[in-house]
Amino acid sequence: MIYLDNAATTAVAPEVVEAMLPYYEERYGNPSAVYDFGNKNKNAIENVRSEIAETIGAKPEEIYFTAGGSEADNWAIKATAESLGHRGNHIITSKIEHHAVLKTCAYLEQNGYEVTYLDVDVNGMVRPEQLYRAIRPTTILISIMTANNEIGTIEPIARLGSIAGRHGICFHTDAVQAYGQIPLHVNTMHVDMLSASAHKFNGPKGVGFLYIREGKRIPPFVHGGDQERKNRAGTENVPGIVGMGVAAKMAYQTMAERQEKESRLRDYLIYSVLKEVPLTRLNGDWKRRLPNNADFCFEYVDGASLLVMLDMDGICASAGSACTSGQKEPSHVLTAIGVRESLARGSLRLTLGANTTREDIDFVVEKLKNNIQTLREKVPEYQNYLEKTRKAK
Amino acid sequence: MEKKKVVVGMSGGVDSSVAAYLLKEQGYDVIGVTMQIWQDEAEYVQEENGGCCGLSAVDDARRVAQRLEIPYYVMNFKNEFKKSVMDYFVAEYLKGRTPNPCIACNRYVKWESLLQRSLSIGADYIATGHYARIAQLANGRYAIRNSVTAAKDQTYALYNLTQEQLAHTLMPVGEYHKDEIRAIAEEIGLMVASKKDSQEICFIPDHDYAAFIERETNGNVPPAGNFVTADGKILGQHKGITHYTIGQRRGLGLAMGEHVFVTEIRPETNEVVIGRSEDVFSKELEADNLNFMALADFKEPTRLLAKIRYAHKGAMCTVERIGEDRVRCVFDEPQRAVTPGQAVVFYDGDYVAGGGTIC
Repeated sequence: MIYLDNAATTAVAPEVVEAMLPYYEERYGNPSAVYDFGNKNKNAIENVRSEIAETIGAKPEEIYFTAGGSEADNWAIKATAESLGHRGNHIITSKIEHHAVLKTCAYLEQNGYEVTYLDVDVNGMVRPEQLYRAIRPTTILISIMTANNEIGTIEPIARLGSIAGRHGICFHTDAVQAYGQIPLHVNTMHVDMLSASAHKFNGPKGVGFLYIREGKRIPPFVHGGDQERKNRAGTENVPGIVGMGVAAKMAYQTMAERQEKESRLRDYLIYSVLKEVPLTRLNGDWKRRLPNNADFCFEYVDGASLLVMLDMDGICASAGSACTSGQKEPSHVLTAIGVRESLARGSLRLTLGANTTREDIDFVVEKLKNNIQTLREKVPEYQNYLEKTRKAK
Repeated sequence: MEKKKVVVGMSGGVDSSVAAYLLKEQGYDVIGVTMQIWQDEAEYVQEENGGCCGLSAVDDARRVAQRLEIPYYVMNFKNEFKKSVMDYFVAEYLKGRTPNPCIACNRYVKWESLLQRSLSIGADYIATGHYARIAQLANGRYAIRNSVTAAKDQTYALYNLTQEQLAHTLMPVGEYHKDEIRAIAEEIGLMVASKKDSQEICFIPDHDYAAFIERETNGNVPPAGNFVTADGKILGQHKGITHYTIGQRRGLGLAMGEHVFVTEIRPETNEVVIGRSEDVFSKELEADNLNFMALADFKEPTRLLAKIRYAHKGAMCTVERIGEDRVRCVFDEPQRAVTPGQAVVFYDGDYVAGGGTIC
């Protein structure tokens, strides 16, 4: 099996599993307990908090553990809207955000908030001047993703963040796809809140964190016990948090090396596909893109059928994001960057991982080429196209 | 030799699950597929709504596929279903006709679209869990007949399949008795409940067709009009022609001192014609949109058994070609509620000879 869907989720690193196991069988005590057996797990959690904080230039007390990226996004947006509702009711986000952001905003719209969804350019980039123009006296929150999960485009967060900062508006970024892939620093990015998720960087599923800048007080999301300084109740997912800590540490230790290797392989993949498969479009920015992301649209190809054929060849890939597969509408991201519907239906996302090899890429390109040819042969529009180009010659 | 590949349409129920199992045993390379046709992504359809294509069916089918160790995919056919089935359904009602959406679904979605997608990903056949058999007859044509043990007719809604479609279709459970299929399911440990068969229209779970049509057309439906007798006497007001079908007695809101029935719907004058029980019977009908199956054509007047709706027992008739795409069918005995838009299906012995849409 060749796994090229690392943007959907990643394999848990063996070192991560190893670090987690003792917290299931031996050190299972509740961190809030009085006795040593339990409260020593508090140290384990706090160590991870420090480690995670260090990776993004934050203070430990600015890190709050959650049950994943979607929860972090929900918390950041809903709680900010609620706590700043007296100052205004306007939120700015972009058209290409993850559904954890978009649907949260849609929910707030039903509750009296106004949301501006910024357009993006053909590469999926939010334009700072557009953000500038969208700001109103009533704007209380801006939420723009660090990097897009589907097309891999890295947004100019530092510039967007400084615009938000100059207006004194709270700025959140969904960094679920970017954390562990590219260097992030909350100060140079000018962000007040940042969401991340462990299973995107070889950590376990069901755990993530929200960074909240010191002094930005947002109300708790889960009410109950005193965990996470009364901001996120519920007995801590100790094994998960420990696993996330190890995964984060590893991701940052190997980041430069991985970035170098993966982006080289990614470019090789992109060039090979564009060379071998005619009528193909690369989605997203050529340069400013995540090191492991390659996203294509193939003319005259049904993306769903292509995925099935690749699966039968032992290749795991996806059309757009895993969360939206199976929907009848083409991806909102491709629509936002102006890909017409017929082309958007033939989309394919390949996201590399630490173990991806050049041989894997060669195999995948070969299979892609053959499968796409097979699929196209049955499409009348493709035959018409061939006919037309023949005549033109 | 490479194994032949077959895509099995899986509903999660016993029949299609065992179909997949049988084909695997017969040495095919089996791929399980559940077709998503009309549900919203997040909407779980309750079992009482028929459940043949609901998302809970997806969970069941996936479990079965894992058990059988075959690859399994959910494929989205919502666009095809909307266009070929739902839009057609609405258009027919607006014309004062009563369509059979299952027939359109079989021909254009469950066969045409699934077959096309299956062939394009390298499959040789598609397969279903119908209790029916496909045979190639002496005249070289493919035709369907009911499995002798089928509790109910499984052929009527399949009459419109093309020769090309039949040539690429397998129906492995048609060789067995329903009890045998259950026994096989138990034997191989398939924990599948027998799904309730839905006789109703799956995409209108509340059975309120008129309300569905109103929603689909944004309220752009024929207005209220007159109930009239055959000779033009006005009897009262009807709610709009989309609310009625031929032979309907209930819900007319007419106090006539005797049972009265809808005998005709006239879209051009927006009238619904009312008559007595005997007025609902017809001696003959004409049909178009013909499809030929066991017979290549009806060149000469031909004696066949005709079914004019799913639950009809069938009646002997003489079928005669009267136009390029038109036949006349004269019954030995008058038949009740011959309804434009429904299918007439002709049988030659056990086999489906062909059929068409009643004009």
